[in-house]
Amino acid sequence: MKVQNKTKKNRYFQEEKNEKPKKSDSSTDVQVFNIKITPHTIKKQRFKEARIVKNVVKRERDVKFPGKAPIDPSSLERHSRGEGLQGRGVRHPLYALKLKKKENKYKYAQEQAARAEILLTEDQGLIEVGEGEKTTAVSQKIIAENVDIAAATKIFDLKLDFGPYRAKYSRNGRHLLLGSKQGHLAAFDWVTKKLHCEINVMESIHDISWLHVETMIAVAQKEWLYIYDNTGTELHCVKKMDKILRMEFLPYHFLLAAVNEYGFMTWLDISIGEIVGHYNNRIGRTTVMTQNPYNATICLGNSKGVVSLWAPNVKEPLAKILCHKTPLTAIAVDNRGMYMATSGVDRSMKIWDIRNLDGPLQHYKLRTPPVDLNFSQKEMLAVGLGDVVEIYNNCCSQTTEKPYLRHRMAKSICNFNFCPYEDVLGVGTSSGFTSIIVPGSGEPNFDALESNPFQNKKQRKEAEVKALLEKIPAELITLDPFDVMQVDVPSMKDQMEAKKKLLHIKPKNVDFTPRHKNKGKTNIARKKIIKSAMRKEIIDQAIEAQKMLEEPQKEKESAPKQSFGVLDRFVPKIKSKK
Amino acid sequence: MSNVKIKVISRNPEDYLRSTKRDIHKLPRNYDPSLHPLEAPREYVRALNAVKLEKVFAKPFIGCLDGHRDGVSCMAKHPNKLALLASGAFDGEIRLWDLAQRKCSRNFVAHEGWVRSICFTPSGETFTSVGDDKTIKTWKSQTQSPEDEEPVNTLLSMSVVSGITHHRNKPIFATCGEHCQLWENTRNEPIKVFKWGVDSLHHVAFNQVEYNLLASCASDRSIILYDCRESGPLRKVVMELRSNALSWNPMEAFIFTVANEDYNLYTFDVRKLNQPINIHMDHTSAVIDVDYSPTGREFVAGSYDKTVRIFESLKGHSRDVYHTKRMQRLTCVKWSLDNKYILTGSDEMNIRMWKARASEKLGVLKPRERTALNYADALKEKFANHPQIKRIARHRHVPKHIMNAQKELRTIREKSKKKEANRRAHSKPGAVPYVPERKKHIVKEDQ
Repeated sequence: MKVQNKTKKNRYFQEEKNEKPKKSDSSTDVQVFNIKITPHTIKKQRFKEARIVKNVVKRERDVKFPGKAPIDPSSLERHSRGEGLQGRGVRHPLYALKLKKKENKYKYAQEQAARAEILLTEDQGLIEVGEGEKTTAVSQKIIAENVDIAAATKIFDLKLDFGPYRAKYSRNGRHLLLGSKQGHLAAFDWVTKKLHCEINVMESIHDISWLHVETMIAVAQKEWLYIYDNTGTELHCVKKMDKILRMEFLPYHFLLAAVNEYGFMTWLDISIGEIVGHYNNRIGRTTVMTQNPYNATICLGNSKGVVSLWAPNVKEPLAKILCHKTPLTAIAVDNRGMYMATSGVDRSMKIWDIRNLDGPLQHYKLRTPPVDLNFSQKEMLAVGLGDVVEIYNNCCSQTTEKPYLRHRMAKSICNFNFCPYEDVLGVGTSSGFTSIIVPGSGEPNFDALESNPFQNKKQRKEAEVKALLEKIPAELITLDPFDVMQVDVPSMKDQMEAKKKLLHIKPKNVDFTPRHKNKGKTNIARKKIIKSAMRKEIIDQAIEAQKMLEEPQKEKESAPKQSFGVLDRFVPKIKSKK
Repeated sequence: MSNVKIKVISRNPEDYLRSTKRDIHKLPRNYDPSLHPLEAPREYVRALNAVKLEKVFAKPFIGCLDGHRDGVSCMAKHPNKLALLASGAFDGEIRLWDLAQRKCSRNFVAHEGWVRSICFTPSGETFTSVGDDKTIKTWKSQTQSPEDEEPVNTLLSMSVVSGITHHRNKPIFATCGEHCQLWENTRNEPIKVFKWGVDSLHHVAFNQVEYNLLASCASDRSIILYDCRESGPLRKVVMELRSNALSWNPMEAFIFTVANEDYNLYTFDVRKLNQPINIHMDHTSAVIDVDYSPTGREFVAGSYDKTVRIFESLKGHSRDVYHTKRMQRLTCVKWSLDNKYILTGSDEMNIRMWKARASEKLGVLKPRERTALNYADALKEKFANHPQIKRIARHRHVPKHIMNAQKELRTIREKSKKKEANRRAHSKPGAVPYVPERKKHIVKEDQ
């Protein structure tokens, strides 16, 4: 043993090489592979796997059962969350593999969601007419005759006395809120026609809004904002919000956005009763306001025809767009946040792509300036023209000539809303409320965990708690709601700051103030260039001319002079210029 | 208008309401993204809530087993009974514990002086202990009669024995002390003695996968590898400071982790001993013991700074830190074989039981609960790098002495880095080379 300690020891594998392999039991044999994972090995492995997969596919073709049914590409497209990453520019193939695995998971989720569409029970509404006939000619009477009794009850008319009414549906489309200019306030379940409450607030009502549940109502009265419960009891009087003209409730943020007579915008967090944003928008008095449900920004239209988008924590508009050259009368934004419809007093209506805000997609000229606009869940657009409501189908991506439906009322329209998850349009008019059926306007299949028209009290309470837990902070309202998912790349300055914190590294001093050197772009510089070019040209011309002049002289000089012999010295010399 | 066909949405409430009160509610789903707006911020808020809830539920301490009359020196897990644990103390007493009941099932004085180490045989019928009295005693795990209380077998060693480990499937065990010795149950003399150098060894561990391989830690700062089929030791690597304990990765046979005196743990690959494949920092005092989880993904380390830390085997910093006011210097740690619990023995005579994942719910999970937890985990992973979420997930409250020690260590590290940078800046280029952290702590590797 001691001898072995001194000398360099033999390893067992060396011994095996020297002596013949012993009769070692095979179970104890150790094979050691030194595998280093390199990009090359991974590529090779992937190639192998691909080959195996190909073989499997080949075999499967002959099999009687070809596997899963193909998915409709349009529904796949509907559930797509974007293109996904290709894994290019990733340093190591291991990370590329990881990325690919993740992408596969997203793809799988997309496919599963698309496949789950087969479980949807209801179909979208529609109108089919004979050849040569127009759907525009289909009146509410014909609709009522052709649908079942339960659906026909959705056409109704409320004759109320207290002047122009505004109407709003709750988020699940089950409840309706009416508020009149003369103070009449009513909330009811419009499907069963069960009245929750009916009061007269004895003040003018400018706008109304449901809060997150159907037990709370916000009412913008003459002076302040009031909150009532569903029995008509006053819960709060918010004196910080006065002279409100228009309100919008942002359900996922629990924010009540309002604009008042003096142009002040206010966002009230109704879960904690705090105002999270309050500032003057400096665009003057406006009653044209809507929310973009895609990113929860507020769209305001002013008397100069400019639409501006607002968020509570930015005191400037996030974006502005000049839509019309005349005052705006109405704005509507569709559910997916793709299209915005605007109308001005110049009787025109324009459709915009709200995500990149350039050029109107469509430009319609109407008979009269629209009173109100509203998009349905299936992207039908309702346009109020005096006492007529026209509903357009597919008017955003293509130009439509004729309205899909038209409904004439003998009273002027105040506002209207499509009822969510129903084929119904509710119109608040000068003498009450009218509900009409618009087949195909509503989403037939609701998601019960999002908003459920059939929810009971217990479910509502549970959903309220869940929604409060998931309340999105107001700071996250941005133009692109996917901003939180983006990679935050630190700026050069931040990187330098981080380096400075590490004591042992001395970073270079970099001046971060941007230099605006418009080389060759300013007028002066260009003029200089032109000037110098011209000068050069003139000089060149002059030189040319000089040469031309000089050349004959040279010829003269070169010509042999008359010689006088010795007397040449008396010939007068021509002074040459030096 | 003669032939008009009109279809409108007309829902029959019976299709959407439950028929009786005992029925479950009907919840039709529609996954169309246009019905679920603001997906990204909502997911972010959910992730934030999930990570906060994880902190709320992080209560890792389960209970403590008290009974020892001196500090706990060593512990051993039973190979196939989760609830059985053997522990030895500095006064020579061995106790067997029923972890499910949290009671001591048996106790006896086994040695004079310390019980240095205990190990179970692979069958679990007996266990062997070594003590300061140079004896190696084998005991029965279960006793029916008073005779079973006596040791089954007692071996006398020529020198002090300080560690013991059993072969995976052969009746062979290895002890360490002055030398590493291989014993067979039936013989009174060691069948093999491995010697390298003159210093004493204080920890030895058989590899449980590549079962002929064993490694030991020596007090001359080296880690020595042996093959029990060989006559001499294989290789050794000398570190800057001595290693206290060693644990083999149960899933990757070629990887082991050592707990070192220099506050760090080092993970080595036996095929490439000249530098560790990873250094695990965070402890603020010498690391005394280390044990791998049965999955090989994580390991637990107990330190002289009175804390237990859990490391992910591929990461350089700890995932979690456990401490209590009363827990003193750690002497031994074990990760239970169901991957759920951690057992720690410490100076002040107690053995403590911890959850391996601090916020995990013990007991049966209902399917909905499990899906909710899985969803929360996925969200946490998706938003892990978001500054707010990262901050909450990473934050750990540690005692003041740890906090101060961490601060001090950070200052020292920064100082040395600064000094090195200065030296480099003021000397000839190349005179002060960049030495990777992984190479700094290795003195040499011997064949």
